[in-house]
Amino acid sequence: MESRIAEAPTAVSPEGEPVIVKLRRGFDVNLHGEAPKKVHSEVSVNRFAVQAPNYLGLAPMPKLMVEVGQHVLAGEALFFDKKHPDVLFVAPVSGEVIAINRGERRAIQELVILADRTIQYRTYDNIPGLDASREELFAFLKDSGAWPLFRQRPYNLLADPDAVPRDIFISTFDTAPLAPDLNLVVSGREAAFQKGLDVLGKLTTGKVYLGLDARGNAVSSAFSQASGVQKVGFKGKHPAGNVGIQIHHIRPIRPKEKIWTLGVQEVITLGTLFLEGKYDASRIVALTGSSLEKPAYVSTYAGANLGDLLKNQGVAENSRIISGDVLSGKTKTVEQFLDVYDDQVSVIPEGNDYEMFGWLAPMSARPSTSRTFFSGIFPFGWIYNATTNTRGEKRAFVVTGQYEEVLPMDIYPQHLLKAIITNDIEKIEGLGIHEVVEEDLALCEFACTSKQPLQKILREGIDMMINEGL
Amino acid sequence: MKEKIISLFKRMEPDKEKSPLLHTAYDAFFTFAFTPNTVTKEGVHIRDGMDLKRTMVIVVIAMQLCYLWGTLNIGHQHFAALGLYQNLILEGFHLKLFYGLVQLLPIWIVAHVVGLGVEFYFAARKKHAVEEGFLVTGALIPLIMPPDVPLWILAFSIVFAVIIGKEAFGGTGMNVVNIALLARVFVFFAYPGTISGDEVWVAGLTKAGPGGMADYGWIHLQVLNPIFESFGWDTFNQGYAVVDGYTGATPMALAAKGGWAAVMEHYTPGQMFWGLIPGSIGETSKPFIIIGALMLIGTGIASWRIMVSMCLGMVFMALIFNMWGYNAYMEIPWYYHFSMGSFLFAMAFMATDPVTAASTNRGKWIYGFLIGVIGLIVRVMNPAYPEGWMLAILLLNVFAPLIDHFVLQSNINKRMKHVQ
Repeated sequence: MESRIAEAPTAVSPEGEPVIVKLRRGFDVNLHGEAPKKVHSEVSVNRFAVQAPNYLGLAPMPKLMVEVGQHVLAGEALFFDKKHPDVLFVAPVSGEVIAINRGERRAIQELVILADRTIQYRTYDNIPGLDASREELFAFLKDSGAWPLFRQRPYNLLADPDAVPRDIFISTFDTAPLAPDLNLVVSGREAAFQKGLDVLGKLTTGKVYLGLDARGNAVSSAFSQASGVQKVGFKGKHPAGNVGIQIHHIRPIRPKEKIWTLGVQEVITLGTLFLEGKYDASRIVALTGSSLEKPAYVSTYAGANLGDLLKNQGVAENSRIISGDVLSGKTKTVEQFLDVYDDQVSVIPEGNDYEMFGWLAPMSARPSTSRTFFSGIFPFGWIYNATTNTRGEKRAFVVTGQYEEVLPMDIYPQHLLKAIITNDIEKIEGLGIHEVVEEDLALCEFACTSKQPLQKILREGIDMMINEGL
Repeated sequence: MKEKIISLFKRMEPDKEKSPLLHTAYDAFFTFAFTPNTVTKEGVHIRDGMDLKRTMVIVVIAMQLCYLWGTLNIGHQHFAALGLYQNLILEGFHLKLFYGLVQLLPIWIVAHVVGLGVEFYFAARKKHAVEEGFLVTGALIPLIMPPDVPLWILAFSIVFAVIIGKEAFGGTGMNVVNIALLARVFVFFAYPGTISGDEVWVAGLTKAGPGGMADYGWIHLQVLNPIFESFGWDTFNQGYAVVDGYTGATPMALAAKGGWAAVMEHYTPGQMFWGLIPGSIGETSKPFIIIGALMLIGTGIASWRIMVSMCLGMVFMALIFNMWGYNAYMEIPWYYHFSMGSFLFAMAFMATDPVTAASTNRGKWIYGFLIGVIGLIVRVMNPAYPEGWMLAILLLNVFAPLIDHFVLQSNINKRMKHVQ
């Protein structure tokens, strides 16, 4: 049974052999528009942005350290949070700061940098070795701008600068629709990845856990041969690749505990910093979706402009550009930028069209967890052309047990959401809000018959918990 | 083409402020014909093709065989009482079919007009779209009524059930008890004479016993008879006498009096299984109910956990009664309880209502099992009313949140025991 909660890391056998956790529940949303597995590095992106709202837990008014027109190096500080002046947020590329865009009440939204042709890196006087104390490492990470690479659970916040994480979790495969193949992403950068893992091992009092793909695909040796970490295989449909699901099965988060998660490319940035002494925010990004003529993997840097990224891929009319995957990504325009933790852009057709008796006798195949559709009764390798149509109207919660079918966790999502709606703090905590973030419930929201906004409700609950100091 | 139809419809759209009720009705029919062009705004960008309309319609489709059988069986029971065409359901097919339709259609129409009328009114008042819950309720209610139910009582019961049972709690998804069963229990307590006893399960007789005779309306005699005559078919005979020894008693009533032996004097196990017995309109045909139940399980719309655990609960209790053996009813073998009365119908369509059932998977096992146990206790031990599922399901509807509470609490305790 996958639905256990274990205090001890029961998913890891005493001999240290990698264990495979089989997850029965879940659902793979197979969409058209997968990128061919070849990285294009000739894409020229001119503008990059550091977006303050990407960092949850950052005050809306960070203190700026640069002005418009100023030239910055990659890794040079741009701003800091007034509550934690030692944690610096740095530029992903070198270039000229051309705009500081503000939103409501003048809160800083984006710092836009026009990139140099060749990136110049900030240099560091003394990079601590792996034998340095944790305090020294922490200080260097905060100063070098590597600190925001860590995201803290519960709630996916910026890591607390004053706390040592219980454990660190990294998922090495992504099961979201059209998600990038992380084996491709890591290839050529294996040494940096391993170095990053070595550094992470020094930062926690617990262990570094690596979630491996056990679905039978070829796994990069960077992941399968990684040393100094605990490896746990996961076999199952989406969301088996979500780090939140993996944490739940390896060692669940209890209230008041703090753990860190990183993406594979964040680990590589961290490793490069220690290996080569430069803040290298390069990212391999998958440009995917059925509205793209030429889906592709491209090599760029964090916070790339979406218009620049997509200019050679042939974006179809009337389509939506999403930073991230189609389940938990954010809607963007070509003027906006890739979110800092995302390594995927999805472009899919807008579904702003009526369909005659579409709910009863649909004209086209559509992804569904329900077995009332032809493709649900005969689920043999269907690939869909999904649009953004809501496929029905919002209704009260009627159907039960549906979320549990696609969420391989020992959590009752519907009851958690109802507790959030009714502001029952004690129950929200008891039902495990600290174990989930939006991406974990995204598939439940997709499957929801009543078209309820689950991720929005969850974020409201999380905000409430943060305000309560829980 | 599609654009033209849509713009035609859009031109007919009533004003939302001036005539909210009309606009609500328009909106309900428009979204029925065309899935709206709304797109996702926040959260997920793509949505599952499944929505509440489709969910509800699948349940209604699963009931259609029960409707077909119910229609024919109304006619069959009527003629069986007269000693006519009583061997096969297809004998005197046109008479049975039209007799059944004349009984059933008014019930169906009243159920939908009254129920949807209340729904539309409340939707307009609350200024939100008509929710689809009544599609299923409206389809269920005719199937659980006796064929002769007076239409004004039916209308009353539906108004009561929808307003007190649903709208008072906030509409679809918020109700505590099953609306269809609430309508039936209203009839049961307010007008017991129309839904219990031996008289009510066979339609169109002046008296369901010796001395009774067939009693037809103008539609049979003035409209249908001339048509049948013109084809040279059999016709309805006003005043045809009920056969000697006929009682109209259901297997349940017989079993309460004399156990399985008494049932066997009137019906064979085969008749009971295939559904050639008097009873509520939709409850009699076991194979067709099983087909509907399998459809619901196969599509994942209804919870198989509730169905399986309800069977287990019933069998468990029946075995206890078998061992106890206090009277003849208790000695009825457990497997015959499946083919008597409305157990399977209640299991497939009533207990599985997701809004009123337990909402956790573990809770569903407990919920179904307890319905099985309590329903059989009511069936076997209650002298006043021979069937137990309606009351058992309503009782467990009320307790379902409590069951869920304990299931959730165990989840919470498991999580919080590590926290000091």
